[in-house]
Amino acid sequence: MGLTKEQIAQRISKELKDGYYVNLGIGIPTLVANYIPEGINVVLQSENGLLGMGPFPEEGKEDADLINAGKQTITTLPGSAIFDSAMSFGMIRAGKVHLTVLGAMEVADNGDIANWKIPNKMVKGMGGAMDLVAAAKNIIVAMQHTNPKGESKLLSKCSLPLTGIKCVTKIVTDLGVFEITADGFRCIEHAPDVTIDEIKAKTAGRLVIADDIKAVAV
Amino acid sequence: MSINKVVAGADEAIKDIQDGATVMFGGFGLCGLPENCITALVKKGTTNLTCISNNAGVDDFGIGLMLHKKQVKKMIASYVGENAEFERQLLSGELEVELIPQGTLATRCLIAGYGIPFVPVLAGVGTEVAVGKETVVRNGKEYLIEEAFDAEFAIVKAWKGDTMGNLIFKDTARNFNPLMAMAGKTTIAEVEELVQPGELDPNMIHTPGIYVHRIFQGSNYEKRIEQRTVRKAN
Repeated sequence: MGLTKEQIAQRISKELKDGYYVNLGIGIPTLVANYIPEGINVVLQSENGLLGMGPFPEEGKEDADLINAGKQTITTLPGSAIFDSAMSFGMIRAGKVHLTVLGAMEVADNGDIANWKIPNKMVKGMGGAMDLVAAAKNIIVAMQHTNPKGESKLLSKCSLPLTGIKCVTKIVTDLGVFEITADGFRCIEHAPDVTIDEIKAKTAGRLVIADDIKAVAV
Repeated sequence: MSINKVVAGADEAIKDIQDGATVMFGGFGLCGLPENCITALVKKGTTNLTCISNNAGVDDFGIGLMLHKKQVKKMIASYVGENAEFERQLLSGELEVELIPQGTLATRCLIAGYGIPFVPVLAGVGTEVAVGKETVVRNGKEYLIEEAFDAEFAIVKAWKGDTMGNLIFKDTARNFNPLMAMAGKTTIAEVEELVQPGELDPNMIHTPGIYVHRIFQGSNYEKRIEQRTVRKAN
């Protein structure tokens, strides 16, 4: 048993710093908003044109004109700002967004990421993912360590079409926390009940275990 | 007397959009869609359209309605999930599709409206998006050269507009609308509320009327919600 999706999100929330502007992708990344630490003020960016994304509206107060990038009905907060899609990606491209959290199908040990297309199977498009990974300085991937077949999603080279090259900085999976370094994946934390041997067995790319590795605090 | 861009309605606004035209549609998902003009295009039956829009609607709403009638030859978009008919036409080869990163899509509209022919962007470098594209290197970094869009028509939806074509958008229904309004050679705006010049505060205008050629007050907006998410009242 590794980390649950909620625990992955909880671990990523510890990367948030006061004053951060953050873009959270769909899936596990969205859950990070539920674990923002006490005393840390962050502003959530939704790439369809909103800074200061609030919670879902109360029933009956949904507004079709106010949605997030996942097309869910949401609310604004005091201090929210609305803008067009060009400005939205402009602030991303200019490096104003401090942290991007997104899901992935595959990550390579040099930081390449694939998360938008499975040839002849899934053709949905990249949405804003390519813009985000090309520009953001701090990109954390939240995902399961293996695919449903049990194969590692941490690879020496991505097999699926790439979303971006050499861009991921950190990966949090159900098995642990990994930094991308010149030596490949560097495991700095392991899930409390997961052994280093299991991590080694389930990681296909180059893997280094940090000398001061510790258990994920959840 | 002021310049007056008002047309009677959607049918008149789109009447000269011919088969084979390239048309931009504002909106993100189903939010901020020019519903009246899409309905009018479906009724008119214009075919072989090249549509530029962030998404392709869902099966029975938005651009999905035109896909269903096989009016679209080519779709240029960033994300086309949630649409079974789209996927069927794509896999069967009936529909041509160009997927481009969302920020690149927005920026190609922006530069068209700013009179800038091309722009270097990082998004897509090293991916299949880069295939066949010119690149430029600055300070050791590689960029793709992306071209301004060249679309005959842009159709946008605004919250309020005046008879001179000045537009104000509401909430995240703004999205691509002001960008596409700038990018069209002929821009058609449908608005929820059409007012006289002077009724909108000049400081609050998102799209100056110089970019808008035709405007009308739409009706019967459905404003469908794609993902209705709510929380319990406190």
